[in-house]
This record gives sequence, C-alpha cells and structure tokens, in this order.
Amino acid sequence: MSVNALTFRRLPQLPVWVINLALTAILAGLWPLGRVLEHQLNPYFLQILILVGINIMLAVSLNLVNGITGQFSLGHAGFMAVGAYAAGVLLRHYQPQGWEIPLVMLGVLCLGGVLAALAGLVVGIPTLRLQGDYLAIATLGFGEIINVVIINTESVGSFYVGGSAGLHGIPIHANFFWTFGAALICIVCVWRLAYSNKGKAFAAIREDEIAAGAMGVNTTYYKVAAFAIGAFFAGVAGGVSATWFGNLDPESFRFMRSIEIVAMVVLGGSGSITGAILAAVVLTWLPEQLRAVQEWRLVIYALVLILMMIFRPAGLLGNRELWPIPGRRRPGPSPTADPDSRQRMMA
Amino acid sequence: MSLLEISNLSVVFGGLKALCDFDLTLEQGELVGLIGPNGAGKTTTFNIVTGVYRPTAGDVRLDGRSIVGFKPHQINHRGIARTFQNIRLFAGMSVLDNVLVGFNQSLRHGFAGTVFRTPRHQHEDQRNQDRAVELLSTLGLDDRAMEIAHNLPYGDQRRLEIARALATNPKVLLLDEPAAGMNPQEKIELSGLIEMIRQRFGVGIWLIEHDMKLVMSICQRLTVLDHGQVIAVGTPEQVRADPRVCEAYLGEPT
Ligand SMILES: Nc1ncnc2c1ncn2[C@@H]1O[C@H](COP(=O)(O)OP(=O)(O)O)[C@@H](O)[C@H]1O
Ligand SMILES: [Mg+2]
Repeated sequence: MSVNALTFRRLPQLPVWVINLALTAILAGLWPLGRVLEHQLNPYFLQILILVGINIMLAVSLNLVNGITGQFSLGHAGFMAVGAYAAGVLLRHYQPQGWEIPLVMLGVLCLGGVLAALAGLVVGIPTLRLQGDYLAIATLGFGEIINVVIINTESVGSFYVGGSAGLHGIPIHANFFWTFGAALICIVCVWRLAYSNKGKAFAAIREDEIAAGAMGVNTTYYKVAAFAIGAFFAGVAGGVSATWFGNLDPESFRFMRSIEIVAMVVLGGSGSITGAILAAVVLTWLPEQLRAVQEWRLVIYALVLILMMIFRPAGLLGNRELWPIPGRRRPGPSPTADPDSRQRMMA
Repeated sequence: MSLLEISNLSVVFGGLKALCDFDLTLEQGELVGLIGPNGAGKTTTFNIVTGVYRPTAGDVRLDGRSIVGFKPHQINHRGIARTFQNIRLFAGMSVLDNVLVGFNQSLRHGFAGTVFRTPRHQHEDQRNQDRAVELLSTLGLDDRAMEIAHNLPYGDQRRLEIARALATNPKVLLLDEPAAGMNPQEKIELSGLIEMIRQRFGVGIWLIEHDMKLVMSICQRLTVLDHGQVIAVGTPEQVRADPRVCEAYLGEPT
C-alpha cells in the first residue's frame, strides 16, 4: 500500500465521543456566552450578530441542496416562512411564561422545522424529477404560493395568522443562545452528512445523476432527503427570526430573500460549508455597513457578485473547506481556472 | 438457470427498431463479447439491461428473476454494475470518493447514524474506506486515491470506472468499450486486468469492444449486432468465419 493511502487512513483523529462531548459543551457554553454578549454589546451590533446566525443557518442548509446535491432551488425563503409562521403563530397564541419558555421554544422551533420539512417533501417529490432551470422555476413558484397563502389567511381556527397585515406581537424569546445553538446544530448535521460515506451520494448526484443511479444510489430518495433536511433548517431559522423580531411580514419571505440566500451559497463557493458560513457573515455585515448610502446598497451588493463572477467564478472557496479534510486533497490546478467547472457553475 | 438470461429483448425509439429479439445467457465467471458497427445498438442493449430504458418487449432475468421495469439503482442492488462508453465519473470528486459512492448501497445505517456518528456508522465508514483502498490498489490506482477524478489520465479514468463498478459488489459487470482511446500498450494491460477481475471477483463480464484483436483474444463467446439485429453468435473463430459478419463489420474500416 502506498504512503499516500496510509496517511489519509490515519486522519480520523479524536474519538467520536470526545468530539460529541466537546460539541455538547460548546452548545451549553453558548448560553453563558450569550448572556455576557447581550449585556456587553450594543443592541445594533447584537442585532447584526443574530442576523448573521440566522443567515448562516439558511446558507448552510441551502448549500446542502444547491451546492452539495446540485439541485438548484429558489424556494428557501418559502420554507423559512413555514417555520417562521408556525413558531410565530404558536408563541403568540400560547404566550409561554417563566420556566415553560425554553421548553416551548424548543418545541416550536422543532415543529416549525418539521412542518417546513414536510413542505419540502410535498414540493420535492413531484418537482425533483425536473432538472436545472425547471426545478428553479418550480421552487420559485412554491415560494410565491406560500406568500399568497399567508396573505390570504387571517386565522386558522383560533390561531391568529395576520394575513396581509403581517403577524405582530410575537413574544420575543430568541437570543444569542437559540440562534447560534441552532446554527451550530445545522452546521454539524450538514458537515457530517456531506463528509461521510453515506453523504457522498449527495455529491455524486450533483456530479452525474445517471452514473450515481447506475452505482446503486437511489437518486430520488437522496434528492428528496437533501430537500427535506435543507427545508427543516430553513424552518428553524424562520422560527428563530420570528421570535427575535416579534413581527412577521409575508413580503419578507418572497423570492428576493431566496435570491439573497442563493447569493451566499454562490459567493461562498457551491458545496463549501465553511464558504457558505463566510459568505453569510460577509453578505449580512456588508449591507448593514452600506445603510448610510442606502441608494447605492443594491448596486454595491450586485457589484460584489459581479466581481466574484469575474475573479473567482467558483466562489470564495470553490468547493473546498477552510481546512483540508480527510479523504480530499486540494487539487493541483484550482477549479477556478478550469473551464469545465466554470461551465458547471454557470449552468 | 443462468446468472443472466436475456430473451427476445426489443426496443423501439420512435420508428427506429434499435434492438430486435436479442438473446443472451451469461454464467458466473464467463466473459462474453458484444460487437458490431457504430450505431448497431450495443450501448442501447446495456442501457436496457441496466434500467435506463424500458424494453418494448422481452425479458431480462438475473438469477432467474425478472428485472424489467426496475430502476437503475435497484438493478445495481440486484448485482449488475456497468461502465460507460463516454466516461461518467464523478469528475469533481476524489478518486477515493468515486469508489466510496459505489459502497453506498452496502451501508446499513441511516442519516441519523451519520449525524450522530454511531458506532455502526464509524465501523461501516472505516471498513468501506479500507475496502476502497484495497480495490484501488488491486486496480493500480492507490497512488492516485486523493486526486480529483477529472485530473486523471484517460486510461486511469477508465480503470477508475471499473473500480467504482466493482465497489457495488456485482455479479455481472458490463463494460462499454473500456479500451476506447487507449494506446496498444494500455490495451494489453487492460485485457490482463479484465482477465484478473474475472478470476478474482468471480463475476460474469459482458464486454462491448471495437478492438477486434482484444475481443477475439479474451472473449469466450461473441454476439454480433448490426442495425439492432443479431447477425451472428458463437466462439471468436466461428464469428470470424461468418460471411455476414465480414460484410457488416469486419469489412468496414474501424
Ligand atoms: N434515447 C434514444 N432515443 C432515440 N434513439 C436512440 C436513443 N439511444 C440510442 N438511439 C439510437 O439507437 C441506435 C443504436 O445506438 P447505440 O446503442 O448507442 O449504438 P452503439 O452500438 O454504437 O453503442 C442509434 O441509431 C442511436 O441513434
Ligand atoms: Mg455505444
């Protein structure tokens, strides 16, 4: 066996229970860290920080669908809306108090995620037969349908939804802990899915769906799974944002929001999880800095994307991560310089 | 009962009879060839057997059970793996990852197992990694394990496709023009490799190949197709002597 083969086999380093314990500790540590930050940071900066967390969740989960599995979805904001309204409506209705709050928060965020995942199944099963542009249009249509449904729903039974006026007066329980706790779980899930033997099937579908099928990958199952898992975390992100802002505006979940999330995935480099995180930070922070020159905001935002298309068409990180991972080596010629991958990006 | 039994297989595309009453049997450890001029319907035959197209008529049986109407991945699970005439690797993934995809169907843990990294997940991932490395060294590709597949030289790409197909643990291996684009030296190596795979993995191999020298030297039996019709069946000697074959195929410059 070659040296090469031996070195990468030794890479799995820490025992899994140590990693899992460390991740649990970090998750628990987010609570005191959040309390400190909430006291120390000025409210404006904290607001941006929470938005960064929400956008990280959205970008990383969409990356599983668009970047890793290669199914171009433009409906992510729609799934976010499902989770946001589920959490918002329930919290506003039940108004949990005292010790109930953490339990109810956990419950509504998960429920929002599950409902969004169900919406993902309903949309995914018929539309994932479609390819490329057709899939993009079908998912875009789904996002718009969700918007229309919400606008025309005043209430469901005794639950007030708000219709076109939006939903106001949602109790505010989200904080640093909930936002980044959910983001951490999302990142770990997508990471472990992407870089495991099982998860290689997602990337195989992106690379060549026919070959993936011929090699025994149930392509429909994996595509729908990617869609549902992505939708789940979009729903959770929506739930967090509902109870952070306290208001929901159905217009804020339309396709411009989906485009924003797609832009994060593309800027980070389709398929790169750390790239999506990086891009979520940049594309949340940057527009906030540009609020002073409000009129030019969209122009500058667009310029960033155009410059990226010219100088780094595969995104900031291409399909790599910030650090090398077992089973992959940085390829000699960069994918950016390769006309094939450029074409794939454009397609 | 044969390992693979194909009877009266036909397919029509629009008005074109791309394949007409095709018959074949393949036993374990056998190596049979499928030859014929361009456009004869050879790749189409593979596509039907692997579930890419549905036949208009006829039956394909693996271990005595019909596989007609199954999806490609189901047919692969039953034990048929293939390579493609125009290479279809997972081009942007590493050589090792390409082979690991082939092991996907052997995994017995779900997404939750992957996310929580359960002992079963760890065991299966490690075992498959070891198997993948072993398979790659069997095919002489282990030095390239970490390379991105589309950076490989052409011949290595063809061998990687075979490695990936073998990872799915097939009973029958379909090779669609594996020597296309290879130089004479590589072709000699390839025929050695195919022979080695046949013995070592105990698979039945069904081979489409244009290089007559290669086909004649390694195949035990041959089927000759022309315009979707079987025009000759038999040993390489019988086929070579068949006047219709000379007319349809051998007479033509290849
Ligand atoms: N999906 C398809 N639709 C219509 N015609 C097809 C299709 N696939 C193959 N054909 C036709 O069937 C014939 C046989 O093609 P093929 O099996 O690829 O030949 P070869 O023997 O060279 O592999 C050709 O005439 C080809 O154009
Ligand atoms: Mg062909």
